[in-house]
Amino acid sequence: MNEARTLQVRNLSIEFGGVHAVEDVSFDVNPGEVFAIIGPNGAGKSTIFNLISRLYEPTAGTIHYGDQNVLELPAHRIVHAGIGRTFQNIELFEHATVLQNLLVGRHSHMHANPFSSFAFLPGIRKSEIEHRRKVEDIIDLMEIAQYRDERISDLAYGARKNVELARALCAEPSLLLLDEPASGLNHEETDDVSFWLEDIKYDLGVTIVMVEHDMNLVSQVADRVMAINDGKLLTIGTPDEVRENAEVQRAYLGSAA
Amino acid sequence: MQFLFKTAYNDDIRFLAKTGEKIRVAIVIMFLIVAPLLLQPYYLAELGLLLVYAIAGIGLMILTGYTGQVSFGHAAFLGIGAYTHSILMSHGVPFSLSIAITLLFSGVAGMAIGRSASKMFGFYLAIATLAFGILIETVFGEWTALTGGHSGLAVPSLEIFGVPLRQAWQQYYLDLVLTLAVIWGASNLFRTPVGRSFVAIRDSELSARCLGVNVEWVKIQAFGISAAITGLAGALLAHHLTYLVPEVFGVLESLKLLLMIVVGGLGSILGAVFGAIIISVLPVAISFLKDVLPPSIGQTAGLEPLLFGLIIVFVIVLEPLGVYGRWMKLRFFFETFPYYRKSSFVRQKSYLKTERMR
Repeated sequence: MNEARTLQVRNLSIEFGGVHAVEDVSFDVNPGEVFAIIGPNGAGKSTIFNLISRLYEPTAGTIHYGDQNVLELPAHRIVHAGIGRTFQNIELFEHATVLQNLLVGRHSHMHANPFSSFAFLPGIRKSEIEHRRKVEDIIDLMEIAQYRDERISDLAYGARKNVELARALCAEPSLLLLDEPASGLNHEETDDVSFWLEDIKYDLGVTIVMVEHDMNLVSQVADRVMAINDGKLLTIGTPDEVRENAEVQRAYLGSAA
Repeated sequence: MQFLFKTAYNDDIRFLAKTGEKIRVAIVIMFLIVAPLLLQPYYLAELGLLLVYAIAGIGLMILTGYTGQVSFGHAAFLGIGAYTHSILMSHGVPFSLSIAITLLFSGVAGMAIGRSASKMFGFYLAIATLAFGILIETVFGEWTALTGGHSGLAVPSLEIFGVPLRQAWQQYYLDLVLTLAVIWGASNLFRTPVGRSFVAIRDSELSARCLGVNVEWVKIQAFGISAAITGLAGALLAHHLTYLVPEVFGVLESLKLLLMIVVGGLGSILGAVFGAIIISVLPVAISFLKDVLPPSIGQTAGLEPLLFGLIIVFVIVLEPLGVYGRWMKLRFFFETFPYYRKSSFVRQKSYLKTERMR
């Protein structure tokens, strides 16, 4: 979990039928840092995430994580390389319990064989219990023990957000992509998120890349910020530098400001 | 109301946690074991047929109820199982070997369909499986050298390890043992990563993929397992039918299987069993009703399909979770008496999903 690997993105571009959603974007994410991506709606923030998790095929550019060429991997092998993620519009397994969701989070560490599963051989019980222990650690960290046996469809929005973050952590990623971890949360819950991000960064040693609109949260937790607009990179720097950047202000407020 | 105090992770792995559940399951199994003493051979054969349909229902439930892949052609796998088993046995292959080959063959056939179906969803998948069902029925009809075509194929009589099973109770016990084995195995599946990946794909392919689930391969697995179990049901069904004709495995039979799991309750093994009970008991009840009703109504042609359809419509409109859902509510009512309220089962609004990617 703690190997120091750098995420290197070079000249990344993607076109959707002539629309340049992301154009020639390059950045590095250093091990152990919290890297935030900001930008107005439709700037291409989530598209960058979808490119890194291989849900989209880039038209140009390279992505490396450590020595691993990410673009060589199919989407379902990305998590094996140590890259986990959450989604902007919570993608949980609605009709399963929280515990089952978290156990699916362990999928990349489990070996599934239909024949021994059908007979539920002793080895399977042993591995289930082993993985359950790991899941319980995450449940403790995220303080979601009271929801353990609830179905996702019975949970409130804030709780779902936490469960999704917990599920991503269950895969023991070394790099975590968080798509708007604080969207739709109230002040108190947003504060909780900032504490958790610190915990994840310092206790688990996970590198975090996050897309976020809440500038308070960004300046609290992010080490560096990248601002993009219309798929193009505006600037990379500390939260204060980016906030003061004239181009960023123009992108958010328009040229008259 | 019983509160469970869990003290070990095994408590969450165990199937029957509550005392009430254990007692209910014990009673049902006891009844099934002594049934040959209580029932006349005709009703015993009907009960055996019910068990066979429960197996087929579980097969389809794994695919449609748990993995979310609809199949309008599942009777084809029932037919593949029935014909494979009958043809093998008529060539002198012993029963147990023939069953093993049938499982394997229908499983491979299912995986082959799953291979192409894994790229499809929704309507396209429904149409593709429907076409597959019709195609296989036609093959059964036209390949006269192997299947006897429309003039039919006699199923060899049941014989296990050289012991002939001619009595209804002997066949019934065979059905019972295999049904219990399938229920146990299918339930096992859903407390392992394999079953969880099925459910994950049903609820969100996108996040399943990002958590390391190979979506295409898991769909192929689901089709394979589902087809193998349905094929097993087909082999057992062949011994009940004693004579195979292609029409038995047509589109109507596929719809019957699908209605069975929908009425029973999607997404639960028990739902498939409930569905099998309804599908088997309804025709008997309707034929009983015919004798009671005045002849002008009772003897009208088409009464059976009409009532059948009406019941299905009412179940879907009034209880989308099927009989299983009603059963859960009933249990909840008694467990929490007198605190049950009308709103106890009202789900809160789900959140809007935008920008979803296929």
